[in-house]
Amino acid sequence: MKDKIAENILLLIAFSAILSLLLITFFIFQQGIPLIFKTGLHNFFSISWSPTKGGFGILSMIIGSLMVTAGALVVGIPFGLACAVFLAEFSSPTIQKTLKPIIELLAGIPSVVYGFIGIVILVPFIRETFGGPGFSVLAASIILGIMILPTIVSISYDSLLAVPNTYREGSYALGATKWQTVRMLLLHAARSGIVAGIILGMGRAIGETMAVIMIAGNALKIPGSLLDSVRTLTSTIALELGYAAGDHRAALFACGSILFIIIIILNIVAIRVTGRK
Amino acid sequence: MRRFALLLLILLSCSQRRGGIIIAGSTSVQPFIEKIAEHFMEKYPEIKINVQSGGSTAGIQATFNRTCNIGMSSRDLKMDEQALQTVLIAVDGIAVIVHTENPITNLGLEQVRGIFSGKITNWKELGGNEDVIIPVTREEGSGTRASFEKMIMGEVAISDACLVQDSNGAVREIIATTPQGIGYISVGLVDNREQTVAINGVKPTLAHLVTGQYRFTRPFLLLFLEEPQGDAKKFLDFVLSEEGQNILKSDGLIPAREINVD
Amino acid sequence: MTFRIGPRTSQIIAYILLLVMTSITVIVLFFIIVYIFNHGIGQLSLEFLTDRTREMGKEGGIFPSIIGTLLVTMFAIAVATPLGVGSAVYLVEYTRGGLIRRIISFGADCLAGVPSIIFGLFGFIFFVIKLNLGWSIISGGLTLAVMILPTVIRTAEEAIKAVPHTYREISYSLGGGKLDTIVKVVLPTSLPGILTGIILGIGRAVGETAAVIFTAGSALGIPTSLFSSTRTLAVHFYILAREGISMPKAYGTATVLIIIILAVNFIAYRLMHRFIARYY
Repeated sequence: MKDKIAENILLLIAFSAILSLLLITFFIFQQGIPLIFKTGLHNFFSISWSPTKGGFGILSMIIGSLMVTAGALVVGIPFGLACAVFLAEFSSPTIQKTLKPIIELLAGIPSVVYGFIGIVILVPFIRETFGGPGFSVLAASIILGIMILPTIVSISYDSLLAVPNTYREGSYALGATKWQTVRMLLLHAARSGIVAGIILGMGRAIGETMAVIMIAGNALKIPGSLLDSVRTLTSTIALELGYAAGDHRAALFACGSILFIIIIILNIVAIRVTGRK
Repeated sequence: MRRFALLLLILLSCSQRRGGIIIAGSTSVQPFIEKIAEHFMEKYPEIKINVQSGGSTAGIQATFNRTCNIGMSSRDLKMDEQALQTVLIAVDGIAVIVHTENPITNLGLEQVRGIFSGKITNWKELGGNEDVIIPVTREEGSGTRASFEKMIMGEVAISDACLVQDSNGAVREIIATTPQGIGYISVGLVDNREQTVAINGVKPTLAHLVTGQYRFTRPFLLLFLEEPQGDAKKFLDFVLSEEGQNILKSDGLIPAREINVD
Repeated sequence: MTFRIGPRTSQIIAYILLLVMTSITVIVLFFIIVYIFNHGIGQLSLEFLTDRTREMGKEGGIFPSIIGTLLVTMFAIAVATPLGVGSAVYLVEYTRGGLIRRIISFGADCLAGVPSIIFGLFGFIFFVIKLNLGWSIISGGLTLAVMILPTVIRTAEEAIKAVPHTYREISYSLGGGKLDTIVKVVLPTSLPGILTGIILGIGRAVGETAAVIFTAGSALGIPTSLFSSTRTLAVHFYILAREGISMPKAYGTATVLIIIILAVNFIAYRLMHRFIARYY
């Protein structure tokens, strides 16, 4: 009897995560989606954003988000993979035991701190070296790239370690060098984990807000070069939410809806990819 | 775990909604009110004041739905917002600011429009150094932006190429650190890390604001849903008292007192 | 004429390249912490930690923000712990695969990937406006609770899974019911692992900005009740740095923030390690 009650209570509790997810989905969509239809898809996916005067086009923000995310991946993937491969295959257990937790510890550094480093070091450096405002796609890409490193390193490393040792031994027995083994065998064997790590990193980059607001400059114009300022979906929400009312606020929730849809798709892909293992 | 729950219970039990004033609204008014609130709470330690920024519009809404006791606005109320009671506490100017090393210290109104609409893109066109202009504006919905558009830009739209920041402080910080930058903030918040630009030869000094020579000014309002009473009334009285008004004046605003006198 | 690099040479080149890239990564990450500490340690004093904030943060200390952070985080943990651990117990002890398990797991995984600004939007519209809790410690705490829920669930799940099956069997053979077994055997044994998840959750909550700034607000006073708005350390740092109110104070606040987060994560790591050493 007692056990039965406990089981039912636990079942209820166990639905808290999925329930939260549904609540979030419901409220974000309820606030945002009606405006998308009111505006019309055609206008919503245009570049005219002047929400106080009835312009609700979010195309430049979508492009901005995609640009900084792509930039972050360009920085994050090579360095993240290099770290993972080096740690998993080329270093002694002592180094593994020290560096892995340190890199994971760094995943906890708040995003505002990364943004701050961007403001005080990276932005002035870019402005003085390459010109332009410094607040730029480049600055955002580099900082986001650094921010997603721990995610990529940690997941790729784990999936490299999960490759059975017999693979390595077989490859060495055939006379392959360590690097050949990594390149031709291990990276393929660990592919799904690595891809999942990259997708999760991508999700982190596209969803990051505070660091991006601080260093991207937030100009609405679609950037013509890496040195131009850029506006993302997330920064639009955080910049304007405080002041927004009526349709303007709804438009910010519409931005949130689009962001949410992108993130959920990325998550499902990542879950699928790892699930196949 | 049990101790934890107990602690939470204690916290909950001493939680009440009363016994404090919540003030919310314009990010431009907030720093000044925050400062006055500090002085107020030294005098009346039993009254706790919470100051929230969030924007004029948010402040107006929050006053309507009683999320806050007092709203702050840096713009006049629109037609559909007129049900609120407003009290003018000060008048603020909007100053155009540039980096301290910028040789340009005077601009014509048309030149300012040209810069923010994206038609003028190099300081050289204005007689300055050969360098790009980096204009910084406020976000859509900001009261400061609305005032800037109304008073300075007129019919001309602000360019999409401008950097966008969401507070006076953030704009000021970029101008202070970017030699090519130009932006606009509340006169009261200008400090020595950047310099103001005269518009048509008139600098936004307190004297010029008071005499009306500097035309680009806006009201700072406190908003109430009904006739202020109790703690809210005490706070309003303090803001309008000599002490409160002097705090505003020392920060570069024209206190309401001095306007009412004319 | 083609020039081919032999396998030995490419091995050496690859090794050097990987070494350099790994070093750069580690150096960059270290540099960030050292840079902040270097500028911020000098700011730390008892006064800085215990004084109230004056002149918008230009003067005074960060005491209100420390209290605010503590309250918001504790509230979040108090809500997320029972939900997270309960979910994990159900997942491990009551489901054997099946649809329910898949749904619950999917929920936790998806929630884990939701960016903090979405939590901020949700908390703002749901807790602050719809439930009329206002910008408050409660709104912020509830929002953070939802955010850290997946971390608590996942870590607790792993910890409970790691409890050897024989433990449960012994309990059953002694006549213990399922609930007794869970409460008296499984949970105590997996406690260090469960704690790890909670501590990781604390780390995330303390460092969060976007989700709290729209739910707990940014008021500077010392909170007087759970309905007070408050400005957490991360939000205070964000405002100080972004608006250039005071760079020395910003560095000082960042240093405190990083010390807390590193300490919290370090404790979680040690706990996890001891736990793993015991059961794997």
